[in-house]
Amino acid sequence: MKKFSKLSSVLALGAAVCMGSAIAAEPLTVVSWGGAYTKSQRMAYSDPFTAKTGIEIVDEDKSGNGLAGLRAQVEAGNVTWDIVDILEGDAILACDEGIAQELDYEKDLNPGADGTPVMEDFVEGSLSGCYVPTIVYATLFSYNNNAFPGEKPSTIADVFDTKKFPGKRALEKKPDANLEWALAADGVPYDKVYEVLGTPEGVERAFAKLDTIKDQIIWWDAGAQPPQLLADGEVAIASAYNGRIFNAQVVENQPFTIIWDGQVYELDGYIIPKGAPHKKAAMDYLRFATDTQRLADQTKYISYGPARKSSAPLVSTHLETGVEMGPHMPTNPENFKTPIKKNAEFWADNGDELRQRFNAWLVQ
Amino acid sequence: MMANTVEAEGQLTPDEQKRLTADMHRSLRRKKIRAVFLVAPLLIFIMVTFVSPIATMLFRSVDNPQVSEYMPNTTAALAAWDADSNELPDETTYAALVEDLVVGRENHTIGKAATRLNYEKSQMRSLLTGTARKAGRLDPPYKEQLIKINAGWGDIDNWRVIKRESAPYTLSYYIAAFDMETTPSGEIKMLPEQQRVYLKMLWRTVWMSLLITALTLILGYPVSYLLASLPMGIANTLMILVLLPFWTSLLVRTSSWIALLQGQGVINDVLVWFGLVGDDNRLSMIYNATGTVITMTHILLPFMILPLYSVMKTIPPSYMRAARSLGATPFTAFFKVYLPQSVPGISAGAILVFILAIGYYITPALVGGQTGQFIGNMIAYHMQSSLNWGLAAALGVVLLALVLGIYALYSRLFGSNNQMTLR
Repeated sequence: MKKFSKLSSVLALGAAVCMGSAIAAEPLTVVSWGGAYTKSQRMAYSDPFTAKTGIEIVDEDKSGNGLAGLRAQVEAGNVTWDIVDILEGDAILACDEGIAQELDYEKDLNPGADGTPVMEDFVEGSLSGCYVPTIVYATLFSYNNNAFPGEKPSTIADVFDTKKFPGKRALEKKPDANLEWALAADGVPYDKVYEVLGTPEGVERAFAKLDTIKDQIIWWDAGAQPPQLLADGEVAIASAYNGRIFNAQVVENQPFTIIWDGQVYELDGYIIPKGAPHKKAAMDYLRFATDTQRLADQTKYISYGPARKSSAPLVSTHLETGVEMGPHMPTNPENFKTPIKKNAEFWADNGDELRQRFNAWLVQ
Repeated sequence: MMANTVEAEGQLTPDEQKRLTADMHRSLRRKKIRAVFLVAPLLIFIMVTFVSPIATMLFRSVDNPQVSEYMPNTTAALAAWDADSNELPDETTYAALVEDLVVGRENHTIGKAATRLNYEKSQMRSLLTGTARKAGRLDPPYKEQLIKINAGWGDIDNWRVIKRESAPYTLSYYIAAFDMETTPSGEIKMLPEQQRVYLKMLWRTVWMSLLITALTLILGYPVSYLLASLPMGIANTLMILVLLPFWTSLLVRTSSWIALLQGQGVINDVLVWFGLVGDDNRLSMIYNATGTVITMTHILLPFMILPLYSVMKTIPPSYMRAARSLGATPFTAFFKVYLPQSVPGISAGAILVFILAIGYYITPALVGGQTGQFIGNMIAYHMQSSLNWGLAAALGVVLLALVLGIYALYSRLFGSNNQMTLR
């Protein structure tokens, strides 16, 4: 009898544990880029969301291969991701291929804190069916002050001028942005870059310009590399994501300067995979994370511009260092004088061919 | 055979004989079944983790379902169209296209067909997805309207591409993997010189792997000889020096090489300090082919040393002494007596290092820059970035065929039964 009661109490305990876990919501898997960026999302979106709803957030740093992973998961019929942080171009592809959840923006998102309707609040034309942008970031050039004791480079053309500004360059190992810059340095007006790049002669011209600095280039393929290469003195100028340079400048006190000229800016944000395991909670997270306050909060941790107009007035200072964030934003008017907007459609259309050409050019 | 022996002794009746044979067969069968059960876990494991992925890869490299599956009406309509006729398809085909585009947009499947076609011809993606956005509002007849929406629909070449890729199986990934293309008229020809990638990569992968194999042999042979000829205690201690890096993570070793070799790295700093190279003239030993060769030679060295050592350990030192006492110089004794006996170790180590090297991609990706990339990097690139899995599969098959070919050549040269045995 005693044995029996012991057994039953164990069973009861077991049942209670099972029920407990059934009641507490399962954690959400959010896929992003890792490093300082995921940290900023955790501080601004995920921790407050957990505090409010009790739903834990699990971070996965897989966005580097986000579209590939998503496609593989959907194709295998085993989706484990709830939310994926992704670039605008990839988001359009994911939506076209039916592997991202379609959204009803007016219903699924909160209007701006100042009452601006959803469709008017986000960056124009960015709400393309499945996608909610959260930040505007820029790929730009930055140099190590120690590399240029005298005159400093200040334009894209200077970056390609290795006579006037000697030293190695670090570029991202893909044609995106590099071809645009090559043309810009070759004298093409910034707003005509894609027009020229759309012609065979334009492509030739871009590669010919890249040829002039080819033996001076070190290629990088992870966002953390360029600040490292600059800090090591391995290169004099590097292309990089602006938030990484900000982090090196402000948090790590590196002597880096950003060249605010011809920076190629694009959007980054969220999609929900079709067949996400916790769709309801994912939708709640999406609504919470992309509201006016949360997007503004993120700028306390990293210098990426919020993708909502209503968030801009709420941008304040960096939480750790107290630095005023406004001047570091890629969307700040002072920095936004001569940007190049990345043409996602152009790259979706011509990317396959240009990447093949680029790879062939690298091999030569 | 057995039955005959029994009969010859003449001690068993035919009945007994039959029973005995049956018993024997039964016990043999039982043995066989037991053997199958014992190897079953391994067999299943190999099937699941080795054979089926390779089969999938082979299938993927020719599989071409996107267009025929997501544009079924167009595929059917185009079957009747003669691609060589120099005339655009007729109205029925355009109507079928509109139907496919409308359905494809609703189900979000048109993007898949568009992605597939864009591999063959740039701008096909926007042609399809852009038209699909407007197709729902069209009324027949469609032909004129579609050409008005996008002039691409008036281009016969685009239709030729769609017709060609509407076949359920394709060789186009292999064509691309050999740096060739299919012209709109259906001819297969080499790409222009400045667009060729894969053959160059493949060739580079092969010669750099051979170079790395040769370097590991040159570096590993004396070490193994030393290890094999020293007393056990000292040899074991020295062996730790070989094994310790072997057990260290690949990434750790690769990044230590970055710290050593880079422009502002340890080796360059030392050279500058001694005044051997100028400060503004530092050696570039990394982010190029040199970096890949140095790093991979170090990483693969144990795979050469271990087989060499195991073979050398079995060569009796008395043979060399005998040769010397019969008047051979140390050179002759080594080349005539020792080296031939160590050939099994050399060949086993070489094939091991070469096959490992040819498939490497993480190390070349980190230290290879633009001139030290392997074909494996292209495969990884098409798997993860460009998402052209068909092309990745085709490249994988080409690499597999290359390895099998080299292995066949190797086993003909060294034979699988004479010297190759890993003792």
